[in-house]
Amino acid sequence: MNTSARPDDFLPTATWDRLRLRAELLARTRAFFAARDFLEVETPLLSADTVIDRHLDPLAVTLPHDASAPGVGRTMWLQTSPEFGMKRLLAAGGQALYQITRAFRAGEIGALHNPEFTIVEWYRCGDTMVEGMQLLSDLSEALLLLGPADRISYAAAFEQHAGIDPHRASPDELAAVAKRRGISLSENLAGTDRDGWLNLLLAHLVEPHLGVARPMILYDYPASQAALAQVHDNPVVARRFELYVRGVELANGYQELIDPAVLRARNRAANADRTADGKPLLPTESRLLAAMDRGLPPSSGVALGFDRLVMLAAGAKSLAEVIAFPIERA
Amino acid sequence: MGSYNTSDFKKGLKVQIDGDPYMMVECNFVKPGKGNALYKCKLRNLVRNTMLDRTFKGGDSLEAADVTEIAAQFLYRQQDMFVFMDQENYEQYELTKDQVDETWKYLKEGMVCSMVLFNNKPISVSPPNHVILKIDYCEPSIKGNTATNLTKPVKLETGAEVICPAFVGIGDMIKVDTRNGEYLERAKG
Repeated sequence: MNTSARPDDFLPTATWDRLRLRAELLARTRAFFAARDFLEVETPLLSADTVIDRHLDPLAVTLPHDASAPGVGRTMWLQTSPEFGMKRLLAAGGQALYQITRAFRAGEIGALHNPEFTIVEWYRCGDTMVEGMQLLSDLSEALLLLGPADRISYAAAFEQHAGIDPHRASPDELAAVAKRRGISLSENLAGTDRDGWLNLLLAHLVEPHLGVARPMILYDYPASQAALAQVHDNPVVARRFELYVRGVELANGYQELIDPAVLRARNRAANADRTADGKPLLPTESRLLAAMDRGLPPSSGVALGFDRLVMLAAGAKSLAEVIAFPIERA
Repeated sequence: MGSYNTSDFKKGLKVQIDGDPYMMVECNFVKPGKGNALYKCKLRNLVRNTMLDRTFKGGDSLEAADVTEIAAQFLYRQQDMFVFMDQENYEQYELTKDQVDETWKYLKEGMVCSMVLFNNKPISVSPPNHVILKIDYCEPSIKGNTATNLTKPVKLETGAEVICPAFVGIGDMIKVDTRNGEYLERAKG
């Protein structure tokens, strides 16, 4: 990257109109949650713990023991979402909590990605996926003014747009769909695994159709993509849901996993995948697990990409149009 | 030449795929549903001028293409060979009619064109955006009629056919936009 600043690089990439819209949407988000008795909280951006996900790479920060040796010290992680901190607050008695904060994800740069971005995240105890989806739809309606969100299961969306059962199809059958639909892939993608094929088909065939007429919530994900969601037994699907607006993925929610033994097993599996991908291991024990050992109340929670929300509300095409100083000018 | 990793991917990058040079015209980073990073790209084949949609995995790399653009003067045409000269080092390049493509219509001896080289071999040539050429043939102009809504086809000295206002005549010099083949204005010879 060219780090020698050009003379105009001090200027924001977003117009003042967009920055005013951003401020207005922040205020409306706070009003939405205040009206529902949610408590606004703040949790650390810099933590000893981090979410372990195969494809999420946190930024490591070294806290030096000695200021004269800044590179030597304790490793902490900039949070990829405030999930751990907020669930610890739930375990400590929180009922309905929300937070508006920054999150960091290494390597994610593009028209719809900035490595530092703003997340709105909330949890409410007692909610299942059904109430979780309703609350998400209500927030989307209040902020985007595009009406309530429609709902479609992951299976139905794949059936409709890719003509295949995503829960039963083999990797070869998924690969055949990609080939038949003329999706041209690099050699390294040809040998992708089952979830890799599902993601490819989702990105190429399904996502462009989601949320076109009205916002759309995609729910009941494959169990292999449960992340921190509960897995339901029959049919075996993850109680995970995502909001799409005009083909853009805007929010990700779960009926939250509360069993610490299951999370430990998923952490080990995710770290094994990371090792296979040539990525560093992430710490498997965390204060979240300690909280879950003590007892995490059942809840549903959602993380929403606020920059993307502003982008959609503004009718813009890239995050740079709604962030004052994106990474290239940060 | 080295190679580019997906994190270097951006518009305008010149890369090689299956031995052909391509220019990246679009690159979208996507990461659906916490899945693996994908780069959905559109690339233009610089030889055949066709478009290729291809998706790459984070960490994939593409070989860089040795593609350069030079100013080359058109010297002469010999049957189906068009001979150009590099303005800087006077090296001569011969292009076939296929390589010259639609550009032949505007080529006049001495004209300085923009030539694209791949591994130091010419793959395409484009004329200047605006050229001034003489009208070789057209129907006679209608005296006294300067309305611009009346048009007629004219044939230029280089072979191009252009739609012009009715008031131009044989021997007139006109300015043409070579990107869309449209008449711009009458020029002083």
